[in-house]
Amino acid sequence: MDITAYIQSGVLELYVAGALSENENKEVYELMRQHQEICQEVLEIEAAVVKLTAAASPRISSSLIYLIMHKLIDNSSKQNTKAKLVSIVKPKYNWLAYSGWAAALVIAIGLLWTLNQNNEFESKISEFETENSDLEVQIANSKTNLATAKNLLNILRDKDIISLPLSGQGEFANSYAKVYWDKKENYIYLDVQGLPDPPAGKVYQVWSLKLNPLTPTSLGIIGDFNTDNNKIFTLVNTNDSDAFGITLEPEGGSETPTMEQLYTLGVVEATRS
Amino acid sequence: MQLEVLISKFQEKDEKAFEELYHMYGHSMHGVIYNIVRDHDVAEEILQDVFVKAWNNADGYSAEKGRFFTWLINIARNAAIDKTRSKAFKNSKKNLNAAYFVDILEHSDSLDRQTDAIGIKKFVSQLAKQCIDVIELLYFKGFTQKEASETLDMPIGTVKTNIRKCIQQLRIIVLK
Repeated sequence: MDITAYIQSGVLELYVAGALSENENKEVYELMRQHQEICQEVLEIEAAVVKLTAAASPRISSSLIYLIMHKLIDNSSKQNTKAKLVSIVKPKYNWLAYSGWAAALVIAIGLLWTLNQNNEFESKISEFETENSDLEVQIANSKTNLATAKNLLNILRDKDIISLPLSGQGEFANSYAKVYWDKKENYIYLDVQGLPDPPAGKVYQVWSLKLNPLTPTSLGIIGDFNTDNNKIFTLVNTNDSDAFGITLEPEGGSETPTMEQLYTLGVVEATRS
Repeated sequence: MQLEVLISKFQEKDEKAFEELYHMYGHSMHGVIYNIVRDHDVAEEILQDVFVKAWNNADGYSAEKGRFFTWLINIARNAAIDKTRSKAFKNSKKNLNAAYFVDILEHSDSLDRQTDAIGIKKFVSQLAKQCIDVIELLYFKGFTQKEASETLDMPIGTVKTNIRKCIQQLRIIVLK
């Protein structure tokens, strides 16, 4: 191969210009490696062209290289950021963890709320239970009252019982009482609703009287007058009474009735006895 | 440092090697770009892009395909031509086709700062019309030999002998 002719052909100038085809470029490259003259020729052409083209540059800011370097660093840091972004896939698990914690918190709050509600309900239940037992007591009381009332009614209806009004005497004319006498069973039921409450230190005393001669027999005192609701008292009476009277006596009662304090008196009619 | 070593270091993302290559070819690339866009600021902007692009695509270069300078000048020309095709650029600039690199060389004071300034000015003043054309097309505009041959309406063989003669003259002046 005629190297000088090859150099003189101008192909190396075109090579430096980049005006050759890919295959021609490869060929030149191979020849450059084989022939020092060709290689030297290319270097000189290139050096001359670099100088020529550089001459067409009016001037370059000396800071331009720093701007470029800065961009390179920026780019590589961006790439690093990208690389880091890839690893951000992991935080997805963190999201799971976060939502897990959030759920746990919600559940905890829910539990607390339920506990609170439970306590409220329990206190309400105990309120209701108290109310309920109150009501039960009331019902029991009512039942007792009803039983008492029924018992009284039976007594009143009993044909063997003598009903005897005791009328107010003297200054106690406004007072009254009633005696229902069960002669068979030797009981009297005394209704004293028409009597005023006895003053402190005094009690009512009930007397059975024989009229001829006048003989009083104490049937007992009404100790719990104030606390009894229906004011009906049951007393034992074994006497063959002609009349019944009620006097106000000092606490503990008296041997004989204080006639000044005779509140009510009633006589058993002959026909009834 | 040997150019081959420098280039392979550059390809391994060595910033020092990159900087050195910039100092070797920066002005040259800027000259080519400026010749196309004829705007100093725009040319500097494109120059930055060209070197950033070269850095990012360093792996794309292989010696078998051609000279590193050729690879780089190709990037520079394409970037500059792309810029002239952009709408914004077209609106601000008029037709640049008539302007040749010699205009810059003949009317530029900047050459004074260069050691070869006098030589290049002399070269340009002596340059035959056919040299101006063929250098403009092949080095500044990046035409292929076939394109140059068609544009200049001369056989490829003549393009080759002309460019050989012109670069010979240039070498005598700038390299001695």
